[in-house]
Amino acid sequence: MCLAIPGKIQSIQTLYNGTVKMAKVSFGGIIKEASLEMVPAAAVGDYVLVHVGVAISKVNEEEAAKVFSYLKEAGELDELYDTEMNIEVLNYKDTN
Amino acid sequence: MKYLSEYRSPEIVDALLKQINTTVKGNWNIMEVCGGQTHSLVKNGLLNMLPHNIQMIHGPGCPVCVTPVNLIDKAVYLAMNHNVILCSFGDMIRVPGSEMSLLEAKAKGADIRILYSPLEAVKIAKENPQREVVFFAVGFETTAPANALSVIHAHREGVKNYSILTSHVLVPPAMEAIMNDEECNVHGFLGAGHVCTIMGMNEYYPIVEKHKVPIVITGFEPVDLLEGILMVVKQLEQKEYKLENQYTRVVEHDGNKNAINVIDTIFEVTNREWRGIGEIPFSGYQVKNDYSTYDANKKFNINIAEVHEDPTCLSGDVMKGKIKPYQCPNFVSKCTPVKPLGAPMVSSEGACAAYYHYNMATAVNE
Ligand code: SF4
Repeated sequence: MCLAIPGKIQSIQTLYNGTVKMAKVSFGGIIKEASLEMVPAAAVGDYVLVHVGVAISKVNEEEAAKVFSYLKEAGELDELYDTEMNIEVLNYKDTN
Repeated sequence: MKYLSEYRSPEIVDALLKQINTTVKGNWNIMEVCGGQTHSLVKNGLLNMLPHNIQMIHGPGCPVCVTPVNLIDKAVYLAMNHNVILCSFGDMIRVPGSEMSLLEAKAKGADIRILYSPLEAVKIAKENPQREVVFFAVGFETTAPANALSVIHAHREGVKNYSILTSHVLVPPAMEAIMNDEECNVHGFLGAGHVCTIMGMNEYYPIVEKHKVPIVITGFEPVDLLEGILMVVKQLEQKEYKLENQYTRVVEHDGNKNAINVIDTIFEVTNREWRGIGEIPFSGYQVKNDYSTYDANKKFNINIAEVHEDPTCLSGDVMKGKIKPYQCPNFVSKCTPVKPLGAPMVSSEGACAAYYHYNMATAVNE
């Protein structure tokens, strides 16, 4: 429940005159929306730790890859799949 | 099992275990207050690898497990009786209420949706202006910014049919309550890494000082956990008590200021009831008055009787470290993840479920 999953920012959309920044974040190929309001300095290509749709901290690429592979091996990524909202699954590409 | 990530590399794990073994002299009870850490300790078999004189106590670290029955009943009531779309995280929906779980309510026709993020609930509200959308906002500090942000987004967009049913709990007051318990036998804590990513470390200094107890902010992967345990044991053996940070790669000393601001905009601290433990002063968040139209508790007149736990569930004793899950007489016999009697058997981060899934039916370290 307090899991935070690292992903790579693919694109950023600014809403409400720039007050809200939403990003499309790729988690090993699964794209989800995440708010960047807690990490306003994050840019396209950066890695962020995302918890329930909100990026809570920036991480470097190496850390992101290690944590993601750990979570994947450990079978901890269910929350990316188990929900009813629109989940776009693109061509599956591993982050490693 | 494949070890791809160095956070569970067998060489590093072995090296850390050796260091722990050569450092430890006394008998120490170390509590983790993060369900993710409990899950990882059990799942990766670390409890069996630690020396016998280190006991890990699985504290109240799972927000799902400490959400009172009464709140689950409120969520069920809202879903069954109003024109409501009740949205929740997946872990919540199987938790038994006094009459039924949200899952059983769903089977009876209630519109209950499992979401990944509270921000999605605001979208659902926009798409269904004739319905009321309620997000069941449970969680520790880690989840508070997301839940608060959903209210901010709804407010900005003028979405009036959205509200949250809050059951937010805070970690430091729970640690304080555990230390104040006369029967407390905790010698050191692993602090919850992601909670501190948001809140930083400042709240823990008073606990360290007052109770002379080491606290090490720790991540949740096997190598993190062993390193955190080693840091606590070193302090204990040297009769020190300090606040340290094992998880420096993610946790900054002052936390995430933007997240703290968002929390402060929407929430204020209140007393809160913890399932299995009881009321802990100043241990939760409630929606501030300025935003009361987004508070499901105020928006809907929810009049349901307070009910109490199945009296034979010993979850409070498990979370305070008085017993291990397998010492509960219901464990496996009457209580399983399919038919849970108490919340710690439901969530995969609950201690009882973790022990059940990874076959820890027998005594560990004994
Ligand atoms: S095994 Fe079941 S009944 Fe016993 S403490 Fe755990 S959840 Fe409660």
